[in-house]
Formats: sequence, C-alpha cells, structure tokens
Amino acid sequence: MSHDSYPQPHGDGSWIGRSVPRVEDDRLLRGNGRYVDDIALPGAVEAAFLRSPHAHARIDSVDVSAALAAPGVVAVWTGDDVADLPAMLNKEELRTPPGLAELLDPVVRMTPMPLLAADKVLYVGQPVAVVFAENRYLAEDALELVDVRYSPLAVLVDPELSLTPDAPLLHEELPDNTAVTVATRVGDPDTAFANAHAVVSERFEAHRYVASPIETRAISAQVDPYSGRLTIWSGTQTPHRLRDAIAHTLGLGPAAVHVIAADVGGGFGQKGILYVEELIVPHAARRIGRPVLWREDRNENLTSSSHAREQIHRIELAADSEGLIIAIRDRITVNFGAYNMTGLVVPYNSLCHLLGPYRIPNVDIDVVGVLTSTTFATPYRGAGRPETVFAMERAMDRLAAELGIEPEKLRARNLVGPDAMPYATGLVDRSGRPQTYDSGDYPELLRRAVAKADVQGVRARQRAGARNGKYVGIGFAMYIEATGLGPFETARIDIAPSGRVRLAIGAPSQGQGHRTSMAQIAADAIGVPFDVIDVVGGDTEATPFGVGTIASRALVNAGNATHRAGRLVREKIVEAAARRLGVEADGLGLSDGVVASKEPGGPSIGLAELAGRAPLPGTPEPADGRYGTEISETVHFRPPGFAVSSGAHAAVVEVDAHTGGIEILHYVVVHDAGNIVNPMIAEGQVTGGIAQGIGGALYEEMVYGPDGQPRTGTYMDYLVPTSSEIPDLDMEETFTPSPMNDLGVKGLGEGGAIAPQAVLAGAVEDALRPFGVVVRRGPLSPSRVRDLIRTAGRT
Amino acid sequence: MTPSVPTPLAARTPPLAEPSAWHEISLTVNGRPVTAQVESRLLLSDFLRDRLGLTGTHVGCEHGVCGACTVLVDDEPVRTCLILAVQCRGTEIRTVEGLAPGDAPLTSVQQAFHECHGMQCGFCTPGFVLTTTALTEQSDRPDGEQVADALSGHLCRCTGYRNIRRAVCQALGERFGE
Repeated sequence: MSHDSYPQPHGDGSWIGRSVPRVEDDRLLRGNGRYVDDIALPGAVEAAFLRSPHAHARIDSVDVSAALAAPGVVAVWTGDDVADLPAMLNKEELRTPPGLAELLDPVVRMTPMPLLAADKVLYVGQPVAVVFAENRYLAEDALELVDVRYSPLAVLVDPELSLTPDAPLLHEELPDNTAVTVATRVGDPDTAFANAHAVVSERFEAHRYVASPIETRAISAQVDPYSGRLTIWSGTQTPHRLRDAIAHTLGLGPAAVHVIAADVGGGFGQKGILYVEELIVPHAARRIGRPVLWREDRNENLTSSSHAREQIHRIELAADSEGLIIAIRDRITVNFGAYNMTGLVVPYNSLCHLLGPYRIPNVDIDVVGVLTSTTFATPYRGAGRPETVFAMERAMDRLAAELGIEPEKLRARNLVGPDAMPYATGLVDRSGRPQTYDSGDYPELLRRAVAKADVQGVRARQRAGARNGKYVGIGFAMYIEATGLGPFETARIDIAPSGRVRLAIGAPSQGQGHRTSMAQIAADAIGVPFDVIDVVGGDTEATPFGVGTIASRALVNAGNATHRAGRLVREKIVEAAARRLGVEADGLGLSDGVVASKEPGGPSIGLAELAGRAPLPGTPEPADGRYGTEISETVHFRPPGFAVSSGAHAAVVEVDAHTGGIEILHYVVVHDAGNIVNPMIAEGQVTGGIAQGIGGALYEEMVYGPDGQPRTGTYMDYLVPTSSEIPDLDMEETFTPSPMNDLGVKGLGEGGAIAPQAVLAGAVEDALRPFGVVVRRGPLSPSRVRDLIRTAGRT
Repeated sequence: MTPSVPTPLAARTPPLAEPSAWHEISLTVNGRPVTAQVESRLLLSDFLRDRLGLTGTHVGCEHGVCGACTVLVDDEPVRTCLILAVQCRGTEIRTVEGLAPGDAPLTSVQQAFHECHGMQCGFCTPGFVLTTTALTEQSDRPDGEQVADALSGHLCRCTGYRNIRRAVCQALGERFGE
C-alpha cells in the first residue's frame, strides 16, 4: 500500500473513514521515540529486583549487608523497609458492578500483595528485595550479594489439585484456594439435556501464554524540586489509575502525582494493571531523594509480569435432531496464579462470551478462579474470550462430527440473525445489565468466510487422499466481543491562541495510532483541518480523569468523547465568531478552520484570529469581555452499553503427519467493528491480533514444571512467531454501525486475537480426521501433533 | 548525510565505581568520530544509549533474539546486546538516528515503513529499518529466501508482519526496480 492507494476523502470531505497516514511515524522512524527508558533523568539511580527462586516458600531471613557495601549501591530494601506501606490491590478491576452483585452474587476474595514479600513467597519471580545503584550493572552485581534463606513449602501448579479439599492453603487467611466463583443459569438446562437428541461432553484446556510486548515494563519517578510533585513516566495503559494508586499508597493527594504514559512499546493488557514495582519506584524517588528508573529485563517480563489464558472447560452441548443447540453447560476453571489481581474480569468475560453468536436458550455456566503457585494471570488481548471461544468452537466441531453435519452448516443453523437485533441473551453483561448484542450480521460473516475459504475445494483434496504424508484440513470459528467497556473516558479540547487545536484524551496509546485516528474524529467534529490538531493521550495533567486503553475501549469511549467535545467546541467557536463579527450565529458556518458567513461575500474569521485575542497593552477591552483562550470543552463519555463486534475466521492448513509440522495455506477473516475511522489502522490492529492468536495456537506456551519453576523464561524457549510463521491474511469487513454511540463504532483491538486458537485447532483436527485425532489443548507444536497422531484412537 | 566537518559525539562521563577494567576506544558513530572510556563488560547497546544518548537503539530482550537493538556495524546488521562496546574499536557504526539526521527527508526504507503502515508501537521499528537498509545496500537484489531470513531475526508483536513485508518489498523495489 502506498499513498496513492489510500482511499480518497469521502464526498462530504470527512476525515473519518480515510486511511490517513499516521502522524506518529516520522518521530519513531528517526529514533526519536520516547519510551520510559529513553527519558534521561540526570542523577537517576537504577533499580533491580531480587525475585523469589521458589514457587512457595517461607522467608526465614534476609541479609543485605554485603549488598549494601557493594560498589555504587545507594540503598537496598526488603519487605521490612516497605512494611509501612499498604499492600497492593488492583482496586478498580476487583470491584464487582452492583447489578452483577445483586443478580449473581459472585464471590471475589481479595489477596492484597505485599510490595516486597516479607513472610513468604507465592510464585517464582515475586519481588523479595530491591537494590538501587548508580546503574543497572552495579545494581545487578549487588543483587547477587543479597542473602535470603527460604524454607520451601508445598507447591500447587495444577488448578484442579489446588481445589482439592486437602490442598495446602496458599493464602492462609482464606478458607481455601478459591479466589472467585460466579455462576449463571438461564432456562431449564437440566430438562433440555435430559431430552436432547445428541449431547457432546468434552474437556478442553486453554494453555498459558503471555502478552510479551517487545518493550518490557518500565517506570521512572522523580520528585520535581520546583513543584515538589512526583513526576512518573510509565509504560502503563491506565495512567489515571496508576496515579491514584501511587497517591493512595504513598499517602499523597492525587494532585501531588503526575503520571505520563509517553511512547509505549506495546501493552496488550499486560501493562493495564498495577504492579508492585510501580509503587516501589515512586516511593524510592521520594525516600532516596534522586530520580529512580526501573526497566524490566526479558526474563523478568516472561516469568514475573502477568500471564494469561490458562483455563479448563468441562463443556457440554445438547442438540435436537435438527442440529439446533438447545442447551449448554460449562464448568470453567481459571488458573489465577498466586494472587487475585483482577477479580471477575477474565472469568466473567469467559462466562458472558461463551454463547458467542449462537442462540442457546438453556444455559448453565459455573466459573471458579483458582489460586496456584504460579505467576498471577490477568487480562491479555481478548481477556477470557480466546479461551472460551476455544472451548465453544471445539465443542461445536465435536457436535458437528457427532451429528454428521459440516461444521460451518451446524454453526449457520444456530446463529442469531440480524433481524433479531438487538438480541438479549438472557445473561447479565459485565457491567451488570441484561446482556444485549446491539448489532451485527453473523450469518453474513459466516457466509463470506465460507465463500472465501473454498470448503468444497478442501473436501475434494481430502477425498483425493494425503500426498507425501501431508493432510489438508479446514476449520471455522466465530466470536462476538462486547467492546467499549465503561465507565467513561474523557476528552478535552482547547483552541490555542495560535489557532491550533489541542485534544487531550485519558487513554494513552501503545501503538494504536490515537494521534491520527482521534485527530480525524476531532477534525470532522469541529470543522478544522486534520493537521492543526495535536493529540495528547495518557497524561494525568492534561485530563483530570481517565480510565485507559484496555478492553477494546479507547475508540468507543475516547473517540465518542472527542466527537462530542468537538461538536460542543464547534458551537462555541461559532458563537464567539458571531459576537466578534457582530452577526447572528445562525448565519455562520465553520469549515476548514474558518468561520464564515453563509452569504457569499460576508464576513469571516479564522481560528487563530478568534482564539489569539490576548489582553495585551494598548488593546481595548473586548466588547464581549472575552479572550480567545476561553474556547475549551471537556466531555466525559459514558457508554450506555456495549458495542458488540463480531467475526468469523476460517483456516486451511496442511499437516505433515511425519514431522507434525503445520502450514497455514489460507487464513480468512471477516470481521465487523461498525464504522471504521481509519481503515489502515483498523486492518493493522486486526492483523496484529491474529498474529498473536496464531502464536498462541501453534508456538507459544508458558510452561511450568511440577515444582513451580517456569521453563520458558527466555525467547529461546518461549517462541514468539517471526515473519516466517505468520501468513498474509485474506481479510474482509462488514459494517453494522453500533447504535450505542454517535460514531457508530465498535472496538477492534482484541478481536483478531480471539479466534485463531479455535480455528487452527479445528483445521488440524479436520486434517487429521483419518487418524481420529481430537484436539483438546494447544499449542499445536510439532511434538504435540505427533503425540496426537500416536495416541489417537486410544482416548 | 554526514556533516562536512565531523564534530565528535561527546560521550557522557561514565558512572562511578565500575569494578571492571577500562579501555579507551575510538570508533565512528553516524559519521562522527567518538573516543570514550568504556569498561570491559559494557554492551554496545548501553554504550550507544547511555553514553552517547542514541536511544533509538531499543533493548527488547538482551539475549539476541528480538533484534530490536540491531545497528549496522561496518554495514552489517549486528545485535548490540550481544556485542561489547570494546569489541567495536575502529568500526563504523550506523544507528537509526543516522539515517535521516535532523530534518533530512526520510530514507526510502523509512518512508516505506510509514507508507505501508509497517509499524505500530515503533519499538521494534529501528531494528527492522536498519536490517532492511542493509538489504537495500547489497550490490545484488536479495532473493526471497534472503529477505525472509533477514526478517526472521526480528520480532514484532504489533503488526503481524504483513505490512512490514510490504514495506521491505517496496523499499527493495525502489532500490533494485520492480
């Protein structure tokens, strides 16, 4: 794609809908990005954390004397040194929405995390001590001199073992190792199962894998000697929450803490939660009296930053003789790891996305979140949806096999139709409201995916038999995604005296291109050229409130806040121009940054002239008493409900039965995210999500030994796909605008990552049908595929 | 690209109390001569970032897999996390900052990554751009396998690679003809 092939402006000249090239790129391409580790803070000390080598152990003693005496060491802290600070809780994520609490009465048990472990450690990688030194080399030298004595305790890696009555307690203040339970029932599932024509009953596992942004986590903190405030640079996806957490932990007012999320090298959810390092570093900056910088290394990121995805589904589908699904039952076990960091977020996402695009009248779902001796698990791109879609779509394939129906036909038979929209599932959504799919055309998604994937061609090749031990197969998977999670996002627009427009939004960017897409929205809403708009995201001084860029919410929330603020600012500009020009506002129009009379030859005024009026010496007091800087507007957009995105993926694979190798021959995606602001950026988001999904489906797994030791702590063992592993995608969109917001947009940051595990598992299973293989778990590495072939028919 | 009278890049004073041995090295970075005292164990990545302030070289894994820290050492892509500064004595190094210094127009490789949307968060981008630059500087057009091989030395977690491949294709097309 080059400039020439970018879509031309719409007939109405709007910026929305155009693949406007990104304004972010020039700076980043010149090496002028400002990621946390790039921001020089003169006199900074660097932190390095000593992490637990045990998965579960009592700490008997810690001796830091040798470390303190090491060259360049400024301070060494242990749990005792931060015992005066409150333990960490991700408060916002752990909150149960009132509607949900009332209707489902879920159990959410808090497990506050000490900033540095003092009594015992609960996973390999838990921070036990921290060294502050003149640089990272010296800090790591000193880490080796910290002497910690541990008494190992019983380790629980398997969540099902963690749930057994005689399992050792990981958090002694809790009655058992359960962190979360929630259940829902709709209709009469027991009767439906009893009367079913066919029932499939399976156990599927979503395996553990991780976000792995190429920039690891980092934070720096400095007490500004002039203002006395703490300035924090962080790669966080949720700067306002971080500000509030730091202020709370350190006993400061929020105004005393300024958090800036500058350039962030990918987040994918891993940077959307609060970590203890983010509280220790600001504390150290105050206590040591020098700026403090911490940047994670890759081993720390893989083993100690949040993990994700590990779930077990004991799922059952009941169908009538026509292949209509009449009931679903699922017992979902979510491995939370050592701490309950984000409560219901992942379990409930799995619960309320299980039905997906399908009409199922009788529902019985139980979810339990279980504590184990592994690194804590939190939302990662998809956040409970890829796991639940894996289980549901695998079950659909098993049901199709049971009924002898083609998998795509079984799916088509059970879809919610477009005429049923808005469609109420009978469940409760994540905000505690009746779950409603606002819009979408699922049959059309599937029709297009089926047409592109050439099912008949694949079946013909299968009938012709394998060639050289290579088997072809096709798989399908569909999903819906409730996007645009509230509670709100903020946009503030100011017209600068120069006539430039400053847009500040609460949501920071980790590569999503907000400076471009949000400026497109603002340009249309206000009536100014795109290139006069400067976008600031994720700076707590620029917007007093904000939530962040998580949960496929930024475009829906910050985008619509921007749109509304832009419309209001437009009105203010026109009114100010009317006063200045001494005409009626009705007679004026605003376009391209100029307010002009609708009558030909009438008066006009540009933004700079309007906003640049200053109380300079020698200038008369304005007749209306107003100066230019008063053109400003702040809007907090509160979504009334979820904007539901959807998609259908299909994949054709070739499996080498000798080597277990898998080649993706054709990957089809048809997705719907309502109106699209910047097609180029949207396509990039979906493509990137699918690449992460393919990684999870075929290559990536965070493996633990039974001793609780992570075995994939480097990129030599944890296999992030390269360009060679990710094929070109065959992509199409449908556009069903969301009625939930003015722009008609839906979120799409996560969607791509939701279906690949399911679709590739289905395709491999289809290819290996001659062997009777059933895929119940990923990743589909060559050795696992060989195991499947070897053991097929024996299970 | 290079200033007509090269001015040395000033290296910041090294931190106090380094325990290992010290060496004086002289090399050329982005066309400018540099002389600095470095300790034995100082990685080239940290030398470029912390001593020369060239933070466009990003450190992603520190064990030679992700390729984000790639620079050109004597025109060859090298992972700066796997080489010590002291090993680079007498070499000519190019970092991303040297491709289009100041307000100079982006190189055709940089421009291709922009036009093809071959970047999102931008963290891995300097590495990809420098490896692609090296491909365009070969005397013969690299074949598909060589291109794939070169790209497989870099991880990108955002783009899904498709647009990166397009960008590389465009840049090679401009250099060697379609």
